[in-house]
This record gives sequence, C-alpha cells and structure tokens, in this order.
Amino acid sequence: MTTEKPHISVKNLNVHIDGNHILKNISIDIPDKKITSFIGPSGCGKTTLLKTFNRLLDRQGNVEITGQVLVDGEDLYSPETEVTHLRKKMGLLSQRPFPLPMNIYDNVAYGAKIHGQRNKKELDKIVEHYLRGVSLWDEVKDRLKEPATRLSIGQQQRLCLARGLAVEPEIILGDEPTSALDPISTQHIEELFLQLKDKYTLVLVTHILRQARRVSDYIAFIYMGEIIEFGTTEEVLLNPKEKLTKDYVKGYIS
Amino acid sequence: MKRKLEEQFFKALMILSTLSISAVLVMIIWTITSRGASSLTWDIVSKVPEGGFYIGKGGGILNAIIGSIYITIGATLLGLMVSIPVVLYINVYAKKNAWLATTTRLAADILFGIPSIVYGAFGFTIMIYFGLKTSLLAGTITVTLLVIPILVRSMDEVMRLVPDDIGNAVYSLGGTRWESAKILIRQCVPGIITAILLSFGRAIGDAACVLFTAGYTDSIPTSLDQPTATLPLAIFFQLSSPIEEVQNRAYAAALILTIIVLLISFTAKYFSKKLSKNKI
Repeated sequence: MTTEKPHISVKNLNVHIDGNHILKNISIDIPDKKITSFIGPSGCGKTTLLKTFNRLLDRQGNVEITGQVLVDGEDLYSPETEVTHLRKKMGLLSQRPFPLPMNIYDNVAYGAKIHGQRNKKELDKIVEHYLRGVSLWDEVKDRLKEPATRLSIGQQQRLCLARGLAVEPEIILGDEPTSALDPISTQHIEELFLQLKDKYTLVLVTHILRQARRVSDYIAFIYMGEIIEFGTTEEVLLNPKEKLTKDYVKGYIS
Repeated sequence: MKRKLEEQFFKALMILSTLSISAVLVMIIWTITSRGASSLTWDIVSKVPEGGFYIGKGGGILNAIIGSIYITIGATLLGLMVSIPVVLYINVYAKKNAWLATTTRLAADILFGIPSIVYGAFGFTIMIYFGLKTSLLAGTITVTLLVIPILVRSMDEVMRLVPDDIGNAVYSLGGTRWESAKILIRQCVPGIITAILLSFGRAIGDAACVLFTAGYTDSIPTSLDQPTATLPLAIFFQLSSPIEEVQNRAYAAALILTIIVLLISFTAKYFSKKLSKNKI
C-alpha cells in the first residue's frame, strides 16, 4: 500500500446489484494528485467501483451499497451528504463523449451557469480558459456557436473534459475515456491527463495495459469484484506479487 | 435458385403493400376532394349555419372549425401539462425499473388501447357527476383524457432512447435532476413535437369523445360552459342527410379537417428540423 496522502478512502465497500455481489469488501486509498488506474478483465467491477465515487451508481434501481467512501474525510454515503455538491467535486469522462445538446460555447459554460455564474464576460473567460486547457481553443475559437456534435469524436471528448474542468472539480474520473478514440486523440487525452495531475487527483478505468503503464502512478488490479493487488505502476506491472496479477499482466487471463 | 425466387417474391410483396397503402391515401384524398371541392366555398369556411343550412340553404361550418380548433388546442395543452411531468418522472426522477414507473407505463399502454367512445361515455359520466352541461369545457376535458396516453407513450418512447450518459454528464457537473430533465427535453424536442402532432391529429378527428360531451350548436362558443360544434360531428350529421348538397358539404368538412391536419403537420416538421440542430 501507499504512503501518500489519500484523497479518496474506500473502506469495506460492498456492492450488490440485483442480488449479485459485484464489489467484495473493497478497501483502497486513492492518493492525492496522482493518477490511479483500475485494471482488470471486463465485468470485474472496475467501472462499478468508479461509479460509487460520484454516486451515479445509486441512480440505478436495486443497488445495495454498504461500507464507506471518504472524500477529504467526508463520507459520500452518509445521509447528510449532499449529492449535487459532491458530484461537482468529481469530473467524469465517459467511454464515449456525450456533449450536451447545445453549442460548443454553452457546453463549457453550462456547469458555471447552473452553479450561478451569469456574467457574460466571466463566462467568456471561463470558456476560453478551459478550452485552452484542453488545447481545443485554436481549433474551435471561430465556431463556438456551432453545435458540439459537429466536432470530431476526439475533439468532443476534449470538449467534455473542458466542460468537466470548468466546474472546478478536485477529482477526475475517467471510465475508459479513450476507448472510442483514434490513436492520435488518445495521445492528446493521455498528455492532458499527465498535465492535469499537478492540480487534480485522477482515477482511470482502463483495459489497455500499455495505457495504464504510460499514464498511471498507481495501479489497482481488480478481479471478480476484489482488489487483488494495489501498488505503484512498476510494482504491479513489472513485479506483481500475486499469481492472478501476473497471469493478467502476461495476458493469460483477460 | 430457390433463394432467388424467395427474394423476388418477398420484394414483390413489399412493393405491393407499399403501393396499396399509398393507393388508399390517394383514394381518400380523391373521394373527399371530388365530392367536397364544389361545396368548399368561402361561405363554408367563413360563416356559421344560417336557417335551413341542414336542408341545403346558406351558411357555413365556421362554428365547427372554431370549435374543433378550441377543443384540440385546449386538450393538447392540458394533456401536455399532465404528461410532461409524467414522462419526466418516469425517465429522470424515478430510479430504473422503479415500481411506480413500470406501473405508469403499463397504465399508459392500457389507456392507449381504450376506444374513444369509452372515453366519451366516461367523460359523460363525470360531466353529469359534476353537474356540467354539454360544453366546450366538458368536451375539452374528455379529449384531454384521450390524448394523455398518446402523449405519454410517444414522449416516453423517445426519452427512453436517450442514453443515460447524457443525464450522468449533467449530474457529474453537479446538476440537479431538474437540470437533467431540462437537458432531456432539449434533446427530445423533435420527439416531443411528433407526440404533439399525433395528439393533435387524434384530438381534432375524434367524434366519439365529443358526441356526448361537447354537444352541437350553430353558434361559435364564447365561453367554456357553452356547447360547441366540432368538425367530426359536422361531417357525421351532414353525411346522414338524404340531400346531396348537404352530403357534399360533409365531404367539404372532411377536406377542411384534412387540410388543417396537414398544415399543422408540415409546420411542426419544419420547426422540429430547425430546433433539432443541436441534437446528438
């Protein structure tokens, strides 16, 4: 385990969906301002674990969650926690980009608007700042009023990242955020992640081992709903302690 | 060889079916136009019935045109006021497969299948219960009951197709369910317009609902508690006349009804295209 200061602390988390035990007794400390990747075969529960962090999981019916998820010491699942406030702390990047049904400008400004920013000048500033932040500004500055769907899928994903960053989160959750993208766009996103970890804690779900190696500081290997091994990238990928991890890293199980 | 024959047989079958429905449409339009066009005068659309109108004397059916438009617009608006909250509840607020959402969908499905004469009879019963007379209000309420399941079902169908990720994107920006609902509505504008259109078409053409509840009168209603004429009933009453001129006027009324529906349909399509530019 790590000695870093944890940003998200999961304690004895158990998740049942429709009576199936999806996550079994998960305890993990996600270090602050680092990139942590969850790897593991399809259906192992890595996306479910990610979704417990921003409480999108409880939008589905028939989910039973026990245990604790602490963000900055605050328990996400305590009844007093206000969900909207909490989700604002976590940007989400999904598998495919889903721009909102509005133009490019409004997509980035949306978050600031729903949180009460009405000043046009401020919004202009926010939009430009975050579009620059994801190196999209130069590509779109002359077409801000066009529907976001006219952008290429790689540009859309960067737009979604800018949209998420514009609400000033502390944590960025990525659910296989490059799985729909071409290699060049994937590279763009990965470079952005490496820049972002100065300011944000990143948690990524990926099934591409090479990507996990390229970007992560820490890796958790999840198998059948359990964390088998958690450590630095070198430890997990190069010197795995557990046999299951070894088999997965070598490609015997997938 | 056998597969090729099969292929050609089914292709022929499909072309035949397509042609026959188009033929039915053409025949309907031909029938109402050929019999109604001669009676479709300026008088018919601009005047209310004069004395002896129903035995072939002067006047028009403006009363029925206005009555139908009142009832249809009223019922569609009232229907939307009920059904938009319903579809937003089952698609945004309720959890997936929540008991109430499933029940509401089932109820809408069953209501959708109930014949309009049953709504007419039901509307008549509640009208009596509340001591209302046959009136614009009673007719509008009954037609509203008819269109609610149409609106709920057709809006629900488009909203269910929107991926959860759009809502999740709003939530992860710290949005509330209401904000997520507004995005869903924006995303579904074309579907909502189609739903309104379907409901409008059903409402303006339904005779059974208004038969017992809206009554029939030769004047244009000036308040909600007055009875009103409607186009479907104008067709019905005039068509049962033995006088040919009156029968032709029934066809003219049918033609007016069709033109109104087509006009609404084309405008709605136009706006739906314009408004869906930002759609995914």
